[in-house]
Amino acid sequence: MKHALPLAHALADPISALSLGPGQWTELLAIARAERLDGSLAYRLADLPIPGPAAQALDGARAQAEFDRTRLLWEVEMARRALNAVDIAPILLKGSAFAFAGLPAAVGRSAGDLDILIAHDRLDAAEAALLDAGFEWATSDSYDQSYYRRWMHELPPLIHKDRGTMIDVHHSIVPLTARRTPDAGALIAASIDIAPGLAILSPADMIVHAACHLLADGDLSGGLRNLWDIDRLLRLFAAAPNFWRTLSERAALHHMREPVARALRLAERLFATPVELRLAGHDRMVDSLYSRRLLARDGWGRPTRPLSRLAFYARSHWIRMPPTMLARHLWTKARRKRMSLSRY
Amino acid sequence: MYRFEVRIGHAGFRVGSPWRRPIDTLRRLYAGYPTPEEGIATLTARIAPPKPWRRWLRPQAAIAGDHCLPDMVPMALRHALLALEMAMNMQVALGERRYLLIHAAAVERGGKALILPGESGSGKSTLAALLGEAGWRVLADEFVLIDLATLCVLPFPRPISLKNDAIAEMQACVADESRFGPVLTGTPKGALRHLRPQADAIARMNESAMPALILFPAFGFPSDSAGVSRSELFARLTEGSTNYIALGQRAFEAMLRIVDTIPAARFAYPDSAAGLAIVEQFCIEIGL
Repeated sequence: MKHALPLAHALADPISALSLGPGQWTELLAIARAERLDGSLAYRLADLPIPGPAAQALDGARAQAEFDRTRLLWEVEMARRALNAVDIAPILLKGSAFAFAGLPAAVGRSAGDLDILIAHDRLDAAEAALLDAGFEWATSDSYDQSYYRRWMHELPPLIHKDRGTMIDVHHSIVPLTARRTPDAGALIAASIDIAPGLAILSPADMIVHAACHLLADGDLSGGLRNLWDIDRLLRLFAAAPNFWRTLSERAALHHMREPVARALRLAERLFATPVELRLAGHDRMVDSLYSRRLLARDGWGRPTRPLSRLAFYARSHWIRMPPTMLARHLWTKARRKRMSLSRY
Repeated sequence: MYRFEVRIGHAGFRVGSPWRRPIDTLRRLYAGYPTPEEGIATLTARIAPPKPWRRWLRPQAAIAGDHCLPDMVPMALRHALLALEMAMNMQVALGERRYLLIHAAAVERGGKALILPGESGSGKSTLAALLGEAGWRVLADEFVLIDLATLCVLPFPRPISLKNDAIAEMQACVADESRFGPVLTGTPKGALRHLRPQADAIARMNESAMPALILFPAFGFPSDSAGVSRSELFARLTEGSTNYIALGQRAFEAMLRIVDTIPAARFAYPDSAAGLAIVEQFCIEIGL
C-alpha cells in the first residue's frame, strides 16, 4: 500500500476488507496503528469473517480501547470533582465528550488527554483547583508558560503527579492569535448539561470544533482520526430536523464556514459521509491537496509525502499567528534549540 | 525495504530494514522458525535511519514499528541485529493485549513450567539457556506469556540473548555453531550474542505448559535460598509486567490465582553449576 486509502475504505465500508490478501492485512494493521485508528477499525470489523490472526490482533486493539475509555471516564470524574468544588462545570471536548455521551465517535477511539472548555474569567480558579488536586505543569520553561498564557486558547498542559494523565484546559477552540475568531461565549451559552456538573457542546458546535481542530489548528497530523470523528458525528446528527441549517448558522457565527465546508467535503470524499451539498459546496482543486496529506502513510506505517507534510506544517503556523509574531516565535524556539544543543 | 516474516509462538512478525545485511543476519538466526499463521504477520518491527543521510554516512539504526517509545536512542549500524530484536521486543511489550506478560525466562519439563523472573543481570537468561541444554525445553527468554483463563504459559521461544561472560560459557556447552548469531561488541549492555533454542523448542512452540514453580535467581552471591511471600510475589510480578494495568480486572484475578497456587522462592548462586544444582533441588522438592 502506498497510502492510507485502504484504511479509509475499510472504516467506511467494512465489507471491502474481506477482499484483502495476507500481506495487505499486515499493511492495514500497520497503517491503522500509525493513525491511531486500530480500535475504531476493530469495532467496525467485529462481526465479519476476517482471517484469524487479523481478528486476534483487532481483539487486542479492542481491549486497549476499552481500557482507554475506562481511564478517560475516570479522568472526567476526577476533573468534575476538582472543578465542581469551585463552582465550575467543565464542558467536555472531543474524546471525553464522545465517551461520556455515548456517541458513535467514541466506539474504539483511542484516547489520551482530557480536554475541557471553561469560561475565560474562571481560568484562574480552575488552574488553582487543578493544581490543588495534584496536577503539575508539564513544562516549566518560562517562554512556553508565558506563550500559552498570552496567546493560546488553553492553559499550558497539566499532568497529574500520581496518575500521569494530562488535562488541557481550554477557554476557546483556536489560539487568540489565529486568523479566525470563533465565539467562545456562544459555545458555552449553547452547551448542553449532560450530568450534574458536566456539559458537552451542542451538536452543531461539536462539528464546528471538530472541523476547527482538523483544519484551523494544526498541521493535519492525526487528521484521518479527526475526520473519522466528523463522519461518525454527522451520520448521527444529520437525522435531527434542521441540523444542517443550525450547522450553517453556527459555522457562520464562529467564522468557520470555510473549514466546516471543507471538512464536510473531505468526509464525503474519504468516508462517503452523507453531507448537505449546499453547505459543503462543490469540490475545489485544493481539496485533493488535503486528502493527499491525510492519506500520506505507506504500508509500513511510515509517514510519506514529506513536501506535503512540510507545507501543511508551515501552513499551521501561518494560520495561527500574524507574520511578525511568527518570526519572533520561530526565532525564540530556534535559539532555545541551539542553546540546549550546545549544552551537550 | 528488505523484509523477513517469522512466527514466534502466537505472534507473527514482519521485520523490515532499509539495509540488506541485518535482515540476512536475522534470517540465519531464525533458521527453522515457521512463517506467520495464514501468511498474516500482525506486528511490524523495523529499523530506519534517524535522518536520511544516516543511511550511508556513519549509518545509524533507529527502532521503529507499530508500537514505539518516543526518544529511543539510535544505534550504530553494526548493532542493527540488536536494534531489530529490540524493535520486536517493543511490539510485544507495548502491544500485547491478549496474554499477561511477565518479565522472566521460562523452561518446561514433563508439561510443567519453571518461571525465572528477574532484572537483567540476575542470570535468568543464562540459567534458561543452560537448562535448555540439560533436558528442559526453553519456553521464553524475556517475555513469559500467561493465558488469563488457564494460567498456562504460552511458548515464545525467541533466541536467548547472552551477555558478556555467558557467551563463552554457552559456547563451551553448545556444539552447533550455527545456533549462534554474530558477536556484538560494545553495545549498551556490553558484549552480546544470541543463541537459538534447540530445534525441539521451536517445533513445539504451540505446546503450552502449566506453571509449577517460580524462582527468582540472583547471580554472584554465595549459595542461599529463601521463601517469597504471596504479597511480595504479587508486587514483583506486576512490577515487571508491561500490560498488567491495561488488561484490567482479568489480569488482577489471574495474578491472584498465580500467587495463591504456584510456589515461589528466591535463591542466590555463585556460579552456574551451583545455580543448576539449586534449581534441581527445588524441582525434586515439588516433584517437577
